[in-house]
Amino acid sequence: MIRFSHVFKTYPNGAPALKDVSFHIPKGQFVFLTGHSGAGKSTVLSLLYADQRPNNGDVKVSGFSVGALTPREVPRLRRRLGIVFQDFRLLENRTAEENVAFALEVTDARRETIPNRVMRVLTRVGLASKAPAYPRELSGGEQQRVAIARALVNDPPILLADEPTGNLDERATKGVFQLLREINAGGTVVVMATHDLDMVREASYRTIELKGGSIVFDSAVDEAPSAAP
Amino acid sequence: MRLQIREVLRSFRRTPLLSALSIAAIGFSLFTIGLFGLVAINFQQALTGLAERVEVVGFVLRGTPTESITLASQDIAAFPEVLDVNFVTEEQALTRAQRELVEFREAYRDLAVNPLPASLEIRLKPNFRDVKHAQQVAERLRGFPFVEDVRYGRDWVERLDRLRNMAGVVGLVIGFAFAVVAIVIIGVTIRITVLQRAKEISIMRLVGATNGFIRGPFLLEGATKGILGGLFSIALCWISFILFRSRLGAGISGLVFFTELQVMAFLFFGVLMGLGGSLVSVGRHLRNV
Ligand SMILES: Nc1ncnc2c1ncn2[C@@H]1O[C@H](COP(=O)(O)OP(=O)(O)OP(=O)(O)O)[C@@H](O)[C@H]1O
Ligand SMILES: [Mg+2]
Repeated sequence: MIRFSHVFKTYPNGAPALKDVSFHIPKGQFVFLTGHSGAGKSTVLSLLYADQRPNNGDVKVSGFSVGALTPREVPRLRRRLGIVFQDFRLLENRTAEENVAFALEVTDARRETIPNRVMRVLTRVGLASKAPAYPRELSGGEQQRVAIARALVNDPPILLADEPTGNLDERATKGVFQLLREINAGGTVVVMATHDLDMVREASYRTIELKGGSIVFDSAVDEAPSAAP
Repeated sequence: MRLQIREVLRSFRRTPLLSALSIAAIGFSLFTIGLFGLVAINFQQALTGLAERVEVVGFVLRGTPTESITLASQDIAAFPEVLDVNFVTEEQALTRAQRELVEFREAYRDLAVNPLPASLEIRLKPNFRDVKHAQQVAERLRGFPFVEDVRYGRDWVERLDRLRNMAGVVGLVIGFAFAVVAIVIIGVTIRITVLQRAKEISIMRLVGATNGFIRGPFLLEGATKGILGGLFSIALCWISFILFRSRLGAGISGLVFFTELQVMAFLFFGVLMGLGGSLVSVGRHLRNV
């Protein structure tokens, strides 16, 4: 599904953000990306959705090689990914329903199927009753659920989440995390960057820890070498 | 498509002043081109009429007997270049001058003696209507003793011709300058819209919208402004045309407005300008969002 091979990334006018990062994530896995601020978690994710390109090495995501993507292929890759951020990134002037539908409208999804698909996915995140609400009328946790619904509406095989609970209180955090677990249980790969070590400890998912742009710990390699790729 | 139209309306509503400004800019630039175009077209119209009417004129000495003139007319009509010969008497010349030259009507009415000479008006066959053949005919005409002077209207026809070309060129140059201004204004408007919608665009990107899809509403917006600007300019041209005709045009018959095809061309240029402005700015600024 996802493979990083000796990836180096340096931002223009910046210090190296990733140094020789390699890992492989097979189908169906849930992976935590941890590490201090500035360790390179967001950079790993932005390489996965081709917002950034590696300077060296190879990033493979569901059959696409990010370093070699043409501009036309980038949207095709993104339609196969769900992406969720700490700050939700919803459109303020659209309702929950419209925000989710938006992700289908920009693709070539058949127009008449959109309302049904939107309602189905809103139901899945437990927000069917809030469909006509605007983001400002929703709590942070609810807004993040709308964002997750939008990420899921294209049925992506991979969900990327960059500190999805970073802006949420404890209860909302639990709810959103539980939702991500359910999504993963349905077979979707989930890659989640987080600072919340309690959450990481509580769930026994694979954990990749970054420090200064390098992997310093990968539970798949360091705890069970036989299971490594 | 419905979605795209909704986006355009949304954008018009968000920046009504700027949208109006772009439309006005396109409108005025096309209006400038249009005004000069109208002048050129009407010149052209007048010229074709004139060129057909009189090619070579021989002025006849006062007191020449009619029989000599009739005989000479038959000779002249037999020239290979000549289509027909028309004898205009002194009285006919006066009547015509009074009818056609409004501004001299008063002056001619009070004259005791008719100052206009009689003349032979010679029309040339269509493929002989050029300076060279007119000159040859004029040369032969001078050979008749009673012909006082010969004029072939070519020189002033040509001068008018040049004037018309100049009107066209001046119109194009000024219109082009306005068009550049219009395109820049549209570009700035679109750029502001792009910046306003930066967040929306980045989210569109994130969920996998193609650049074409993102550009669509902006291009449609530009094209819409172009059409509206084109319509605006045609309205302005029409108003000017009507005003001119009612104020000054009383004596000038046969003024013409643009044909449907020319009107379509106006709208087409409007759309081109609108698209041009938005393409340039969307192309440049989308990348930075
Ligand atoms: N767009 C950018 N331009 C330049 N440098 C950047 C950019 N984004 C990140 N960096 C740098 O790259 C390094 C890694 O940043 P990254 O955002 O990946 O860290 P992170 O682990 O996500 O941190 P946080 O937990 O604070 O989100 C940092 O040193 C950061 O300053
Ligand atoms: Mg980060």
